[in-house]
Amino acid sequence: MMTLADFFRPENYPLRVVVLGCGALGLVSGALGAFAVLRKQSLLGDAISHAALPGVALAFLLTQTKEPVFLLTGAALASWLGTLLVMVIVRYTRIKYDAALGVMLSVFFGVGLVVLTYIQNHSTKANQAGLRNFLFGQAGTLLLSDVIVIVELAALVLLVLALFWKEFKLLSFDPDYAATLGYPIQLLDVLLTTLLVIAIVTGLQAVGAVLMSALIIAPAAAARQWTDRLGVMVVLAGLFGATAGVAGGLLGDLLSVPPVALPTGPLVVLCVSAIVIFSLLLAPNRGLVWNGLREMARRRQLQLEAILDHLYQLSLQHESLDHGHPFAVVRSMAVGQGNVLRSLKELEARGWARRTGPSMWAITEAGLEEARRRRIVRQQE
Amino acid sequence: MIVSEAAADNLSEVNKETDIPAVEVSDLTVAYHDKPVLWDIDLTVPNGVLMAIVGPNGAGKTTLIKAILGLIRPVAGQVLIYGRPCGEQRRLIAYVPQRGSVDWDFPTTVLDLVMMGTYGSLGWFRRPGKAERERALRALEKVEMAAFAHRQISQLSGGQQQRVFLARALVQDAQVYFMDEPFQGVDATTERAIIELLRELRSHGRTVLVVHHDLQTVIEYFDWVMLLNVRRIASGPVSEVFTEANLRAAYGARLALIRNGGFTSRSTFQ
Repeated sequence: MMTLADFFRPENYPLRVVVLGCGALGLVSGALGAFAVLRKQSLLGDAISHAALPGVALAFLLTQTKEPVFLLTGAALASWLGTLLVMVIVRYTRIKYDAALGVMLSVFFGVGLVVLTYIQNHSTKANQAGLRNFLFGQAGTLLLSDVIVIVELAALVLLVLALFWKEFKLLSFDPDYAATLGYPIQLLDVLLTTLLVIAIVTGLQAVGAVLMSALIIAPAAAARQWTDRLGVMVVLAGLFGATAGVAGGLLGDLLSVPPVALPTGPLVVLCVSAIVIFSLLLAPNRGLVWNGLREMARRRQLQLEAILDHLYQLSLQHESLDHGHPFAVVRSMAVGQGNVLRSLKELEARGWARRTGPSMWAITEAGLEEARRRRIVRQQE
Repeated sequence: MIVSEAAADNLSEVNKETDIPAVEVSDLTVAYHDKPVLWDIDLTVPNGVLMAIVGPNGAGKTTLIKAILGLIRPVAGQVLIYGRPCGEQRRLIAYVPQRGSVDWDFPTTVLDLVMMGTYGSLGWFRRPGKAERERALRALEKVEMAAFAHRQISQLSGGQQQRVFLARALVQDAQVYFMDEPFQGVDATTERAIIELLRELRSHGRTVLVVHHDLQTVIEYFDWVMLLNVRRIASGPVSEVFTEANLRAAYGARLALIRNGGFTSRSTFQ
């Protein structure tokens, strides 16, 4: 087991580089993903990342280097072309957005795989270039030069995001209104999509084209559970993304036994899924667990009120409150209203009902009061 | 007071330029694919009227507003706002879109949404500050939603959403307001509150164009009306234009005359 002190040992320098890279790319993917999710463009992230693959492969084929600048430029260009094609298809044909995304995603990815296979069969540099890593990601292959590019791009993206914060918020919420205020929404749309492309492209080598979109969508979905403010959501999504990126990168390093290297992409997805599941279940207000508990408490309350009301009705038929009623009678009145005995015991604990004999129940003075009060409340509602 | 001093001066300047109409549309044609949605529309809206745009479903009412605002590119035609193209008059225009056109689960507060109305005057990069906050709060008071300033917009009812949208437009302090179905699905109280606000805007010399669905309230609420069904059937003062003959031309067989003398469209009962 590695301790924090071990982590900062000189021989773990490559690992620190990997962690820094994964953190930066997770941060920027999460933050941009928040906007993509709010604009209902989650699937665009998926299409962009798949479309990047032929770009990487062709860039390598043309330049015969694995300089990150060339590969990432190729990836960005291909992603951009793909996004552009989707817009053209939607605009000039009757094919809808989701179908256009699907078509574009598979066509580009298919071309990418073909070119990748061609390179592997015809180039001796293939394994050295590690182009296959762009499929499922290999954070361990990140070199300092790669990480420097990633960090620079991440900083650039976050800077632009901060600069255009107000405009991007308006564009995401109500683009038509933004246009009537005089903002060039097509330009803003292009800018925001470009940032998304950059965010995705920076993650390709470490996380891979196939699963990169998880790092776009999942942190945002998780962050939405915790807050109702855009600023907090974007920051949280960034932090979740960074956490998943770092955790996935570290796990990949820890679990890999040379020469078999575990791809990072699936590990990142596992980490971010854990964050999503935790958020879906346990986030305050929106968490499913709390919703369930609230629902149960409400149902319990209604059951109690119903049983109390039955006792009240029964008491009306007799002069004295001491007149007990068999449990079976109460139960027959309360079909489908939960565990009747449990409710009676709860009423007894609250001093609203009492036992007058074995399996005999009656309402108390306080219970009578309460039952009348609730009847009035129900009438007013 | 909705109208600030500065804006009042601004307005009188506009008025000084003799009788320039608030909106002037000529030969406007809009088509989706091959299907014309608006056909050769001519429309002149004088300054300071409260105008309803009415017509059956699919008549192109929303499209007309969007085309005037430059949100839809027309096939042909020209639009002038106070004598100049829309793009040069952004500061004179305020738009209230249909309530259903945005996602009310967007993570933001009522105050934040209303402050978006200040983004036009703020310009690029500048963030809204204290002054913008104040303006937004005043507009919220105007629509009786000040108590909801820090609420999540997802917690609002339909009527409250509409009031908040209206507040966002009021913040802009514009000359001409375009409202798309502001009475759609709101409660009676909200409807009265909104019409009071529209009348107040008119009394300050502002022009208001409203896409409207309920023929029965046209006479009561508005002083100017346009009947639309792909083509312009008629437009002008309600007393002159809102006639049975014109309504029949716009609605065709769907129109039913009801006894109390008002008009209603059968489609509203479907």
